Amino acid sequence: MITKVRNHLSQNEALLFERSSPGKKAYQLPDLDVPPVDAAAALGAENVRTGIQDFPEVSEVEAIRHFTRLSTWNYAIDHGMYPLGSCTMKYNPRVNELVARTEGLAWAHPYQPEALAQGCMEVMARLEGILAEITGMDAVTLQPSAGAHGELTGILLIRALLEKRGDPRKKILVPDSAHGTNPATAAIAGYAVENVKSTAAGLLDVSALERIVNRDVAALMVTNPNTLGVFEENIVRAAEILHAKGAMLYMDGANMNALVGIARPGDFGVDVLHLNLHKTFSTPHGGGGPGAGPVAVKKALEPFLPVPRLKRSGKKWAWDYKRKHSIGRVRAFYGNFGVLVRALAYILAHGGPGLRNATVDAVLNANYIRKRLEPYYDLPYSSPSMHEVVFSDARQAANGVRTGDIAKRLIDYGFHPYTVSFPMIVHGALMIEPTETEGTSELDAFIDAMISIAKEVELDPQFVKDAPYSTRTSRVDEVTAARKPVLRWKRP
Amino acid sequence: MMDACGIDSPEALFAHLPEAARLSRPLELPAGISEYEIVEYFRQRAAENANGYASFLGAGVYNHFRPVLVDAVASRGEFLTSYTPYQAEISQGTLTAIFEFQTMICQLTGMDVANASMYDGSTAVPEAVMMAARLTGKGRALIARSVHPEYRETLRTYAKHQGMSVEEFGYSPEAGTIDLEDLDRKMDDLTAAVIVQSPNFFGIVDQVKAAGEIAHRRGALLILIFTEAVSLGILEPPAEPDIVAGELQSFAISPSYGGPFAGIIATREKYVRQMPGRLVGQTTDSRGNRAFCLTLSTREQHIRRERATSNICTNQALIALMATVFMTVYGKEGLRELAGQNLAKAHYLAGRLKPRFDGKFFNEFVVRLEGRTPEQANKALLKKKIIGGLPLGRFYPELADCMLLCATEMSRRADMDALPEVLS
Repeated sequence: MITKVRNHLSQNEALLFERSSPGKKAYQLPDLDVPPVDAAAALGAENVRTGIQDFPEVSEVEAIRHFTRLSTWNYAIDHGMYPLGSCTMKYNPRVNELVARTEGLAWAHPYQPEALAQGCMEVMARLEGILAEITGMDAVTLQPSAGAHGELTGILLIRALLEKRGDPRKKILVPDSAHGTNPATAAIAGYAVENVKSTAAGLLDVSALERIVNRDVAALMVTNPNTLGVFEENIVRAAEILHAKGAMLYMDGANMNALVGIARPGDFGVDVLHLNLHKTFSTPHGGGGPGAGPVAVKKALEPFLPVPRLKRSGKKWAWDYKRKHSIGRVRAFYGNFGVLVRALAYILAHGGPGLRNATVDAVLNANYIRKRLEPYYDLPYSSPSMHEVVFSDARQAANGVRTGDIAKRLIDYGFHPYTVSFPMIVHGALMIEPTETEGTSELDAFIDAMISIAKEVELDPQFVKDAPYSTRTSRVDEVTAARKPVLRWKRP
Repeated sequence: MMDACGIDSPEALFAHLPEAARLSRPLELPAGISEYEIVEYFRQRAAENANGYASFLGAGVYNHFRPVLVDAVASRGEFLTSYTPYQAEISQGTLTAIFEFQTMICQLTGMDVANASMYDGSTAVPEAVMMAARLTGKGRALIARSVHPEYRETLRTYAKHQGMSVEEFGYSPEAGTIDLEDLDRKMDDLTAAVIVQSPNFFGIVDQVKAAGEIAHRRGALLILIFTEAVSLGILEPPAEPDIVAGELQSFAISPSYGGPFAGIIATREKYVRQMPGRLVGQTTDSRGNRAFCLTLSTREQHIRRERATSNICTNQALIALMATVFMTVYGKEGLRELAGQNLAKAHYLAGRLKPRFDGKFFNEFVVRLEGRTPEQANKALLKKKIIGGLPLGRFYPELADCMLLCATEMSRRADMDALPEVLS
């Protein structure tokens, strides 16, 4: 029985430009308290635009209705479980939104005098300290804007250290199970990428690692738990192998939701890692961003951290720009402060014990799903799952149904799909991460839906392949969208 | 649940972790606190910042009114708590809004195609330069000193390991616009891109057309940067740029001590396949309804991995949504009127002071101080609860006696009237 499907608001919605009409307005500005200025005289006539062609003009009520209707076509965490693996779609606490909008924080200008920015600096310093404790590292930078940005920062730090030692080296090792940002980042940092195959158990192959680590290797980028949701049991050995040859261990912290309060990367040999505040630390995904990607390092890498760094000056905080070994800036200003506030609010709300409990619940939830779905979906690796579980579509493929089809049918049951076809080492992967947010009723509803779909695949595979049925649009034609790209509205 | 998993206690779930890797003590963090205490904590931090000050700071982050509709829309759970729109059927809200965003950015910048945002204006610069390098096959960038200093620093960090050399060319000490002779001298056939900003860091409308001619003559692309998006309401977008990279913070994004913001890259249609970042395209569903989806993903990291156009994954979707609502609220006439107010306020203030450069400016300008340093002047202004302009010595040693002032529609006449006494 489908438990979550209801009728849904659905209209043919015009774009803003299509409902625009000259003279409609939604804004009000106060009257000028100074004389108006002739634009042509002030800017040069050739620099003044005659108008913004086809820019929309709508009323306030049209604007609010348009965006409200658009919003009803989205699925969101506020609707129900979002089992995307490695995305950690946990509840986005509303208190985070409130505190980020506190006037003295929201209106702070990055260049306002330091004496008048102590509140912002204290927030950042506090968060740096907490993240260092959680990760078991020595120093943290909050400058990177997202995970990939943090990865780039981390690899640049490694490069800087190795350069100072005399040889930046040539390549970075990346497991074949890695997220795409890992090799992309290594390339941007000027390194060649060499893939490391996983073992039959889906883990890092330390014997292979031992064979290929030499003085040309700058670092190994590892995700732990890996993208199968499995803890890399040989990670300490891997770190030893790398360190023996003067190479470093970078950890992609996307899966930290399995580790907080349980294990610390700094304790198992990691030299540098990034965190995703929009995953582990509850800041909202917002349809695709913003995020924040702090980077935590061991002492040896601290001198190279992006500039400026917070330092204590008497009883106050100050920005230290005199860091001669720094890799420089990875962006203007200090970081995504508004996101940092939200992450700190989350941490304050949970506290030490609460953060650990969240981790335990996240891992328990994933294991519950694994146990209950094991009879119906192929489990390619038997290693213990942590916060996420990866199935394959091998059984359903026998009926011509793939992971992408199952995902689309799941939508009809009122859930967002899991992560489809990743990691690439599993053929037809279904990567499921419930997070600690979900209670048994939601988990059971998800499990029941997945079992029901498995049965549908046996009885009527085509029905599953043609899903979804209950959405605003049926399956969209992504092929034509790429072949004949239409990337903006134009007046017909 | 534990029964279903066959375990006696949740700790059993971690038993397989190697002993050496496990944390054997609790985290050294205080216990969790209540919602009210969290709000109070941040209220106290906010009280330690500037409160109730008039500010004349610009320099890449601008004080503009935030229409109430912006947060009303962006706070909706369907927008706030949704994910990247990879599953198009249940993300048409986000996808439609981004398509409208992309369109409006094209309309404002005069370009053919715009992406669904980069992290911010500063990181959009190296992304644009790397794009130009891929398109031209060349490895050198020439950037004007009148581009935001922290944007230039960011470019250097990225360029260093791309085998790209970055050189700067100067500005005219009278006009405050780019020194075209210096650019021409430094230009060569190995240059992938010439990068200028307009209005530039000094607030001045720069010589984009002339820079474009020099660039194109030698087979380089012209990249135009903007940091003050409101200027697009009144300034004619130049035809010369091949790539526009900019910052949308002015469009209802809280200054928030420097982030999160939203950058954009916009370009000509012929360059679209080398563009980084997410793109939303129009298509149809199987019933012929108009629909939107992420497209041209083969450029991106999740497909191309080490051969991707960028490593970027996250965009700034929620921030871009705020900007979209802002652009919708103001609309065609409103953006023009808003820009006009900015022009009026800044020119009123400048009329009471003496701008250092004679170039034409939008809402920012530089003044030279005599008799006291900019830092001393700002100290005096703080006593009147006014935050003065940015002293330029930290970025331009030759302008150590100058400050950069910004006036927007939020600046009040009474506060502006208090400045001449201290600054002249």
